[in-house]
Amino acid sequence: MTEILRPQTADDTRDLLAWAVSEQKPLEIVGNGTKRGFGHPVAASHSLDLSGLSGIVEYEPAELVLTARAATPISEIEALLRQSNQQLAFEPPDLGPLYGAQAERATLGGIVAGNLSGPRRVQTGAARDHTLGVQVATGRGELIKAGGRVVKNVSGYDLTKLMCGSWGTLGVLTQISIKVLPAPEKTRTVLIAGQDAADACLAMTAALSSPHEVSAAAFLPAPIAARSRVSYVAGAGASVTAIRIEGPPVSVSVRNTALRDLLSAFGDIEELHGHNSGALWQEVRDATPFSSGDSVLWRLSVAPASGGAVLDALGDLGIEGYLDWGGGLIWASSGEDNEHAHQVRTLSESAGGHATLVRAPEVLKSAIGVFHPQPATRDGLSQRIKDGFDPNGILNPGRMVQGA
Amino acid sequence: MPCRPTAPCLWPSLLPENTDQVADVVRLCHANQVKVVPARLRHRPVRGAPCRWKTASFVGLGKFNRILDIDYANRCVTVQPGVTNLAISQAVSAAGFYYAPDPSSQIACSIGGNVAENSGGVHCLKYGVTTNNLLGLEIVLMNGDVVRLGGKHMDSDGYDLLGILTGSEGLLGVITEVTVRILPKPATVGAQLLGFGDLQSAGDCVARIIAAGIIPAGLEMMDKPAVHATEDYCKAGYPLDVEALLICELDGPSAEVDELSDRVEEIARDCGATTIRRATSEDERQRFWLGRKSAFPAVGKISPDYYCIDGTIPRGRLSEVLTRMGELSKQHGLGVVNVFHAGDGNLHPLIMYDAGKPGDLETTEALAADILRLCVEVGGVLSGEHGIGVEKRDLMGVMFTEDDMKQQQRIKCAFDPDGLLNPGKVFPLLHRCAELGHMHVHHGKVPFPDLPRF
Repeated sequence: MTEILRPQTADDTRDLLAWAVSEQKPLEIVGNGTKRGFGHPVAASHSLDLSGLSGIVEYEPAELVLTARAATPISEIEALLRQSNQQLAFEPPDLGPLYGAQAERATLGGIVAGNLSGPRRVQTGAARDHTLGVQVATGRGELIKAGGRVVKNVSGYDLTKLMCGSWGTLGVLTQISIKVLPAPEKTRTVLIAGQDAADACLAMTAALSSPHEVSAAAFLPAPIAARSRVSYVAGAGASVTAIRIEGPPVSVSVRNTALRDLLSAFGDIEELHGHNSGALWQEVRDATPFSSGDSVLWRLSVAPASGGAVLDALGDLGIEGYLDWGGGLIWASSGEDNEHAHQVRTLSESAGGHATLVRAPEVLKSAIGVFHPQPATRDGLSQRIKDGFDPNGILNPGRMVQGA
Repeated sequence: MPCRPTAPCLWPSLLPENTDQVADVVRLCHANQVKVVPARLRHRPVRGAPCRWKTASFVGLGKFNRILDIDYANRCVTVQPGVTNLAISQAVSAAGFYYAPDPSSQIACSIGGNVAENSGGVHCLKYGVTTNNLLGLEIVLMNGDVVRLGGKHMDSDGYDLLGILTGSEGLLGVITEVTVRILPKPATVGAQLLGFGDLQSAGDCVARIIAAGIIPAGLEMMDKPAVHATEDYCKAGYPLDVEALLICELDGPSAEVDELSDRVEEIARDCGATTIRRATSEDERQRFWLGRKSAFPAVGKISPDYYCIDGTIPRGRLSEVLTRMGELSKQHGLGVVNVFHAGDGNLHPLIMYDAGKPGDLETTEALAADILRLCVEVGGVLSGEHGIGVEKRDLMGVMFTEDDMKQQQRIKCAFDPDGLLNPGKVFPLLHRCAELGHMHVHHGKVPFPDLPRF
């Protein structure tokens, strides 16, 4: 039976880690637990439940920065930001429902620890680009800070970046300062119906290479589009390529016209207004087409222009998926056999990227690994960095690399 | 920096031509425990600091100056580290693209140096600094391992080593290849000059522009001495009757630039602006920038020497910081000219001094340290884009605790445990990696924290 420890402050957290080091008790680090299924299962006698470390500490709209304790729900942060017409521009996804967890429970700490970003990644950058500073309890039982509350900062190594995407294996985030940006006044999504993946990639590339400030570009093959809650998309009866623009109304209207002209060569054009646009991009962001059921789910990060070819190759193997980030991100659902899994990894490598096994039975995770295997030189480097933060291996043991 | 007496370097300076050669050189140095200082030099080392070590080898990267790949479909460019920042934008300009971070030294500064210092520029409020525009790196570790990080895809697999390398001031590895993302050029660019009778109003105007949901492509501020110095130097057409001058640049479709320019002017009027002028031609816009970009040489003309500081503060503390900086300047008896990336809070005060006057340099360094302590005190940082280097390393303790700094040095240990690469920079007190790695474990002696248990 796992014992649950619930620190209420950063100091508690540090003291607990010091205790865990001295007693050699490995810990599973949990916020609201929405993404416990992301990564390998953690072998730990104790669970460090950070849900007590919640609440917004400071928010200064004119400074474009918000500081919150790590387990503050993203939904709470976004509600506060809306009051000042601001937002987390990297569009943190809500992946909890993929694992059967309740929606809107994801925490800031979990999003940063996973470096998880939504469709606007292609324009504004990832969670790691918006995380300005962190307070971290390390696996040495010390409370350290890195970064700050300002955008421009080259004072010592950027440990903040290292925390993003380390899934709680280097330190326990206790407090985070994050950059916020104005929310767009108006949004439009231009749709092209009936493209194949290769053509869709060309259309998205043309849009993203134009001066029209595209903030998202996705391609949903016909069976995926049919599952959308947005009637225009579901009722298209064909694949849908979606390109989003945002900004002041006068600017959106000019760019909308220009973009429709540019894309008319690729097929029939439709457009979505604010509400439907919001609903569509939320589905794309959260991998909603795959949220029901427990099929094996992959997330491939590849060179954007090769996204269409990879999606086609996956399709040839009977693996269904869709493109975000202008082709640079592929969500795909495969069968449970190892052979498929190896093919997905190989395909992602051939497109210059990598593939993460987001959801799978444990036997498959353990056979093939959740995160893409790294070359030996990089593996060694990562291990030495880990040893510097967590020499006794008490933090989320095995979550990223089995047995580590 | 003052020149230091130089001893002869016992190891030769080398000019490798490719990554394998860099790896060979570094491996050889590693085997012989010889320190390595990579530099962009083409022929022989500059005089100065690195020869403080008895055995050090320069690894000149002057031959790493080629653009390797321009990939428009993936919107990225791969170059060798010696390629200049501006050369990347020039190479892709005809196709309608550019590389966004644009430090004022972009004609001369290399992309490898930009990565090492995580450089910004005047457009980083909207488009980010180097780390936000970097997709991939090839580095040679001190043990000779060649490691490739990132590529043309967007997210890292595993730990964000690309992120930790950026801004690491050359302490972690020798960069041999860089992939950056390029952006389509904006349809139109507009600029405005906004003059104010006092610093507070200019600071308020900056805060209100941003609070209104406008993120200008560039938002620069100059104080009165900077305005006068640059106007004398290059006749940019600046108003001389202002205490603070803002340059606000907006980009996007012309309808957007026009509308946002109107909104900015309304805010400026509300804040009591005494000058509001919109560039009516590309030529005029360039002239607005000419003054700002000539600030350093302009100050060089009115003072025998100047010393440029780099720190970042929260935008809202600007007028307070400038006022207190004025007091510090009086206290130390040296004039300070201020140019400021107001949009992102990055200050570049220029202290005017005379190196020929005994004691002036020491006073300058003391004033600079006081100004940087002030930046940290108000919630800012020691460096926005120039780095810590040797100059500011003794101030690291103002911002970081001993534990913070030790954790940072453990990064160095992971990459270069013998401390052979670019020695002596960033950290005031060096610990041996063996000592940093050591951990006292007190079995059964650390109390379990007093918490409710479940």
